[in-house]
Amino acid sequence: MTELKLPSLDYAALAPIMIMLGTALLGVLVEAFVPRRTRHVVQLTVALLAVLAALTMVVLNADDRLVTAGQSIAVDGPTLFLQGAILVLAAMALLLIGDRTVERGGAFVAQAAVTAESADDRKQAEGRNGLTEVYPLVTFAIGGMLIFVAANDLLTMFIALEVFSLPLYLLCALARRRRLLSQEAAMKYFLLGAYASAFFLFGVALIYGFTAGVPGRSAGVDFATINAAVSESPASPVLLFAGMALLAIGLLFKAAAAPFHVWTPDVYQGAPTPVTGFMAACTKVAAFGALLRVFHVAFEGGGWDFTPVLGAVAVLTMLVGAVLAVTQTDIKRLLAYSSIANAGYLLVGVLAPSRDGLSGTMFYLVAYGFSVLAAFAVVTLVRDADGEATHLSRWAGLGRRSPFYAGLFTFILLAFAGIPLTSGFTSKFAVFGPALEGGQAWLVIAGVLTSMVLAFPYLRVVVMMWLSEPGESTPTVTVPGGLTSAALMIGVLATLALGVAPDPLLDLATGAAEFVR
Amino acid sequence: MSNFPFLSVLTVAPLVGALVVAFLPRHRPELAKQVAFAWSLLVLVLSVVMWVSFNAGGDRFQFRESYSWIPNWGVSFTFAADGIALVMLMLIAVLVPLVILASWHDAESSKRSIPVYFALLLILESTMIGVFAAADVFLFYVFFEVMLVPMYFLIGSYGGHQRQYAAVKFFLYSLVGGLFMLAAVIGLWVVGGKTFDWQALSQVDISTGTERWLFLGFFLAFAIKAPFFPFHTWLPDAGGAAPAGAAALLVGVLDKVGTFGILRYCLPLFPEASKWFAPWALALGVIGIIYAALLAVGQNDLKRLVSYTSIAHFGFIGVGIFAFTTQAGTGAVLYMLNHGLATGLLFLVVGMLISRRGSALISDFGGAGKLVPVLAGVLFFAGLASLALPGTAPFISEFLVLIGTFTVNKPVAVIATVGIILAAAYVLWMVQRTTQGTLNPTLTEVDGMRRDLNLREKVVVAPLVALILLLGFYPKPVTDVINPAVQATMDDIGSTDPAPSVGGTVQEAGR
Repeated sequence: MTELKLPSLDYAALAPIMIMLGTALLGVLVEAFVPRRTRHVVQLTVALLAVLAALTMVVLNADDRLVTAGQSIAVDGPTLFLQGAILVLAAMALLLIGDRTVERGGAFVAQAAVTAESADDRKQAEGRNGLTEVYPLVTFAIGGMLIFVAANDLLTMFIALEVFSLPLYLLCALARRRRLLSQEAAMKYFLLGAYASAFFLFGVALIYGFTAGVPGRSAGVDFATINAAVSESPASPVLLFAGMALLAIGLLFKAAAAPFHVWTPDVYQGAPTPVTGFMAACTKVAAFGALLRVFHVAFEGGGWDFTPVLGAVAVLTMLVGAVLAVTQTDIKRLLAYSSIANAGYLLVGVLAPSRDGLSGTMFYLVAYGFSVLAAFAVVTLVRDADGEATHLSRWAGLGRRSPFYAGLFTFILLAFAGIPLTSGFTSKFAVFGPALEGGQAWLVIAGVLTSMVLAFPYLRVVVMMWLSEPGESTPTVTVPGGLTSAALMIGVLATLALGVAPDPLLDLATGAAEFVR
Repeated sequence: MSNFPFLSVLTVAPLVGALVVAFLPRHRPELAKQVAFAWSLLVLVLSVVMWVSFNAGGDRFQFRESYSWIPNWGVSFTFAADGIALVMLMLIAVLVPLVILASWHDAESSKRSIPVYFALLLILESTMIGVFAAADVFLFYVFFEVMLVPMYFLIGSYGGHQRQYAAVKFFLYSLVGGLFMLAAVIGLWVVGGKTFDWQALSQVDISTGTERWLFLGFFLAFAIKAPFFPFHTWLPDAGGAAPAGAAALLVGVLDKVGTFGILRYCLPLFPEASKWFAPWALALGVIGIIYAALLAVGQNDLKRLVSYTSIAHFGFIGVGIFAFTTQAGTGAVLYMLNHGLATGLLFLVVGMLISRRGSALISDFGGAGKLVPVLAGVLFFAGLASLALPGTAPFISEFLVLIGTFTVNKPVAVIATVGIILAAAYVLWMVQRTTQGTLNPTLTEVDGMRRDLNLREKVVVAPLVALILLLGFYPKPVTDVINPAVQATMDDIGSTDPAPSVGGTVQEAGR
């Protein structure tokens, strides 16, 4: 029996992760000991401060390029960039989550256990203060995401996956209104997510088996071992391919890529809108961060084998997202399909085998995150007596009723459609350029063709808002309180800034675009 | 004065004006109109100064400015103008003030904000100037796409019947073309060594297969924009639904971006592919001339009729470009200018007629000349210019195109000539059914039809009439500017004019 030694830990490099997880635990204590009256303010402040502190640590660590915690956490350029991105976007999402002026009591249910559609349920919907357990859940999820993009072996990655997924399942069920829809979303997400996790774990086992076939090396699931095994193993690659496929299923599920996307519209629609925004922005960053690391580091030598398959997935994802977005009549479902199509564009970037491809993908993740959070921020504002009015027909003539917010939303939609001077255009350029350079012209052409299809649903919303006459049932926009306004304005300004002057962020991404191995 | 940054100032100035106008109080529309008009006059004055300081015998590209924008991708704000761009910039500068003046009351019929209408016109001017002034492919693409947004809202918010449908169709068609171009732009960037500078890219050698694909990407975008047959179906809808002033800009200037793009980007950057595809492009041009003219004959909606005549004229321009002779090329560029003036005038006059009658249908008119003789006379003149009557400016350009084409490709020139006869048919028949013949009794009951042109409207049409006549008799100032630029473009694709004796006489005629 060999002696177990504690691996050395670089506490400074791990600080962002530990801050977030520690704060999550602190949040649980706050829940227990702080009086109900002030709990909301305390929780929100604690969570925001923690995000700020973690972000500060990420900035301070900016030059770190190391592997710590016994080869299980890699702190390198992509990790730090993506951790920074997750934290910034999470701060915006927290602002949306913390808003209690748009809807009295906030977007979350006051008591999750109340039977949906019962008298109690109707009473709680009338403005009792929402749950504050939301904040520890969100901080746990952020912590898990931070580990997910830093994980340097498959087991750590799996743990991280669970740490950020489980709180998300719960968060989806906590919408204040339309409880049944919300619970259905959570259930679907949980069941499918559990399957995806199982696939992932099975893939890990197969990969472990494959690495055992290399003579003179010990088996393992850390990326260095896998990388060596891929290039050196004399064994048949069947295990490798099967393992890779199963891993990819697990990751593509989180990234909402077709054909593993079916949960997305239901969950995006049912979840409380601030949580939807959080998932659309941060989960995407985390999932693609992991995909990038797995395919660029662990399976680097298998590029010839997985590129055609992932390419087909990318094309399918773009097609499904774009075509089905056309038929949607609910704004949240439309944004969900748009997010699926964007996952396809991101995959194009993942498949560009160069440093530019990596930096372009990271740039895209940040740009998209800002825009999508701003989009969902607007969705929270358009409401009537029954909560958010998400059916598209209700948005008719919104431009006449509330030109300012309709204008902001139009701008975001133009960004999604990829019109120049918005971040949507620069980010598409950032992934398509390296892909074409890497010889993936077919992916770029598919991307361009689906962009055309996708422009139509966006345009339809613009037409609804500006060119249609307001109907009797057109809701007004609730003038948001400071928190939602702040999130919205940050998102819109970032979309504009990254479209007009993408250079600083591109520099940052290019500087960060190298994995440690 | 030649060191003055004309092009960037011209691009930015209308944008600033638009911001000023948009933030004027909504209840003072008169002020917004006056400010917008004054601003566009300012741009005109600056453009005239630029025209004067352009040295026709000098470098191909003048007024070059370059500021770094996105160094990571080799993108910069590079502006430069050759003779072709300069002519188009002048056309914009002349048309916009007239359009603003002509649209004085257009926005009032809609319930939308009036200052916003004029702000959108100024934004449109800014993007149009940018697209012609850009010498960086990325920058060109940015303006090419952004241009859609103000036009979309002009049609969609202030247009007439079926405006939503027309606006969306316009936007989607242009966006589809633009996205094909985006793929080609990225491809060009990759093969060109990650630069977007036009001059650097024109030196790059591209393999034949790649060159053809890239050419197709650009050409498709421009063919939709121009539009050439069979990508033209959006134009009658957009032109028919847009307010008359916006339609004049749409057909007069915006569509020229397509033909300008072919001259500036397709031919010099992909010379081999241009030659390879030229027979196809010529075929599209000829089909467009005949097909659109036939459709124009059958139209009952005035604005749609004018839109179809434009498609036929774009066929002529396309033929002139792809004939690859200096005469035809000069003729095509001159046609771009003259068509902007003549069709712009036609659209504005038709708009005046429609706003009086409250209907765009030809069958609702008849004998209008007896009620509004001056307006009818101007319509007749605009129609004659549009059918290229000798003495009006379009005649010279059409003649140059035909004769330049005839020297290299007789069948195309002969078929295209049939288009002239059809042009006479659609114009004269339209004039006859609206202003001539017995007076339609219902017209006398419409108040508007008893008012002939007022002073404002006379001021709108007078400069255009004068310019059409002036350039019809004395086009030399313009051809002097165009010729070297066209010559350089022909050099880029390595095309030489055949039969110098014929070419020589035509050159004389052209000058």
